Amino acid sequence: MWTWFYRLASPPFVFRVAAALTPWFVALAALTIGYGVIAGLAFAPPDYQQGDAFRIIYVHVPSAWLSLFAYTTMAVAGAIALIWRIKIGHAVAAATAPIGASFTLLALVTGSLWGRPMWGTYWAWDPRLTSELILLFLYVGVMSLRPAFEDPGRGDRAAALLSIVGLVNVPIIHYSVVWWNSLHQGATVAKLGKPSMPGSMLWPLLSMSVGFMLFYGAILCIRLRGEVLNRERQATWVQEAVKS
Amino acid sequence: MTTAADGLCVEKVHVWRGDRHVLRGVSLTLGEGELLHVSGPNGSGKTTLLRVASGLLRPEQGTVTWLGRSIAAASAEFQTALAYASHEPALKGDLTALENLRFMVGLKRRVTTAELHASLERTGVAPCADLPARVLSAGQRRRVALARVLAFRAPLWLLDEPYSNLDAAGAALLSALLEEHVATGGLALVVAHHDLQIGSATRRLGLAP
Amino acid sequence: MTVGSRGEAPVLVGLGEAFGLVLRRELRLSFRRPDQLLQPLVFFLIVTTLFPLGLSVQLSLLREMAPGVLWVAALLSSLLSLDSLFKSDADDGTLEQLALSGQSLTLIVVAKTLAHWLVSGAALVLVSPLVGTALAIPTAAFATMMGSLALGTLTLSWLGAIGAGLTVGLKRGNVLLSLIVLPLAMPLLIFGAGATDRAISGTGALGALYLLAALCVLTCTLAPFAATAALRITLE
Repeated sequence: MWTWFYRLASPPFVFRVAAALTPWFVALAALTIGYGVIAGLAFAPPDYQQGDAFRIIYVHVPSAWLSLFAYTTMAVAGAIALIWRIKIGHAVAAATAPIGASFTLLALVTGSLWGRPMWGTYWAWDPRLTSELILLFLYVGVMSLRPAFEDPGRGDRAAALLSIVGLVNVPIIHYSVVWWNSLHQGATVAKLGKPSMPGSMLWPLLSMSVGFMLFYGAILCIRLRGEVLNRERQATWVQEAVKS
Repeated sequence: MTTAADGLCVEKVHVWRGDRHVLRGVSLTLGEGELLHVSGPNGSGKTTLLRVASGLLRPEQGTVTWLGRSIAAASAEFQTALAYASHEPALKGDLTALENLRFMVGLKRRVTTAELHASLERTGVAPCADLPARVLSAGQRRRVALARVLAFRAPLWLLDEPYSNLDAAGAALLSALLEEHVATGGLALVVAHHDLQIGSATRRLGLAP
Repeated sequence: MTVGSRGEAPVLVGLGEAFGLVLRRELRLSFRRPDQLLQPLVFFLIVTTLFPLGLSVQLSLLREMAPGVLWVAALLSSLLSLDSLFKSDADDGTLEQLALSGQSLTLIVVAKTLAHWLVSGAALVLVSPLVGTALAIPTAAFATMMGSLALGTLTLSWLGAIGAGLTVGLKRGNVLLSLIVLPLAMPLLIFGAGATDRAISGTGALGALYLLAALCVLTCTLAPFAATAALRITLE
């Protein structure tokens, strides 16, 4: 019964499937992001409190969600590879890490830009942004650990273990930062809350979120193919594919 | 004819280190009263094979069994029956030779100080018993490590380059100990890049890089 | 089951006895190098001196900064000593012997980490009243301060054990160790400094202490397995 599962996880199979999926992901991502951008920028009404500044939500919120989603994917893929010794998991984790870190960075930058009109400053230690910053540090830790080992197999396993430990910590970190912020709430700091959402605001946001996830899928497929080629470079199927 | 249930059995083991295919489908069996000499040039995977046999390294493919049971599944029993000596003597410099032994052997079985002194005596380093290991010479440390192997009273010996740093007398002593161990039904796998001057029960496994 | 004429079967060693053996060995090794024991403590004192020097000596300001300064200094000096948790054993080959000793590696890791905490974290807790006085923390808050430091340093020893298990044997492993452990230690810092802060201002530190204790229990339960897994990866 497990044989079909292991076939699914075999590198040449994944290589072909990723190639086939990429154009679909790209096309659907373009559609959903396109709709989201146009509807969000042009058709959604300005917010009662924040005016037009809130529109950055259409990039900030999906980035933040994706940064967490990518970390979870990285940790789960690493766990599968560690526990069941399915090596494609390590390739997925390695491919996903920089993408997730980029989303985190994007969330931080957009959050900071959003903060400027709200707080008058680019950084005010808002709990959500602070959690994102710590998430970025977790990403950097995992991405630094993997290449530090001479044997890439050990590097993969160490990075997988660290990402699992990080995943368990993510809710703890988030909660502790919220608690900390409630202690030190300054009078003028308003949280980066989502404004209450009529449909014309909500649909573009959902569309952008889905679009970002599809975009992530597309980039992951592309990077995964590169990772697989690199890791399996000694295998005959790779040598033949490269020769042809 | 040695069957799998008699001792150590390593079957078709593959190990990659990055790009290098270090062990390519290596198999060996080791039964009671047998000594196997693993030889080969540098980089041929001798130490890797020993580490696979000891359970420190899990091979990508292949199995290792002890008395018919996988060493991963029955690890506590396997380790109790195992005396492993790596290339380093594995002694804490700040502890005396006796303290080192008492700790490591004490984890594996209840042992008296008299027994430990006897082991140190046997390997010719009884005067070093109360000296911190960092003041001992390389040869003395090797002999203390050997005393530890003796004191374990384990049937299976996995030794990596045990002759290094030993003088002629020490080498002769080690060979005598190995012969004695094997004659009383013990098993020994010795990695050495030179010839062993030991009697008839020696088989040889050569590895190529 | 015994192969060969080894005489009677060996008397196996129980968990408690093995735990005691490892703990005693670790403590013996630590106390034979007393200078290495003192260095992180001195570092702790030096770092806490840096802040008043760099900022201001106004007692009211010091008192406000004190919990944060104390905790950051404790974090950093704990990190210094964590590097040595497995390094010496990995370097001289005794770590392999421990992994092949027939005892559970997790048990050994628990004993080693506990011994390490006793000589580093617990020592820090004992020195903290000195630092607390220097930072103008009122003595009424000392109990909370020391309690939170005790819980926090224990949790940190465990987080550090995971990090140390992953980075032992790497070049510049101690930099990576800090990089890995510090983000994971941020909740610790928040709850610990928060508890001390609330004790100083008299607004009831119990909530924060409970949260810190919960974190400690969670870490002490899960971290041993993660640290053992990390060591096995290193040993391969």
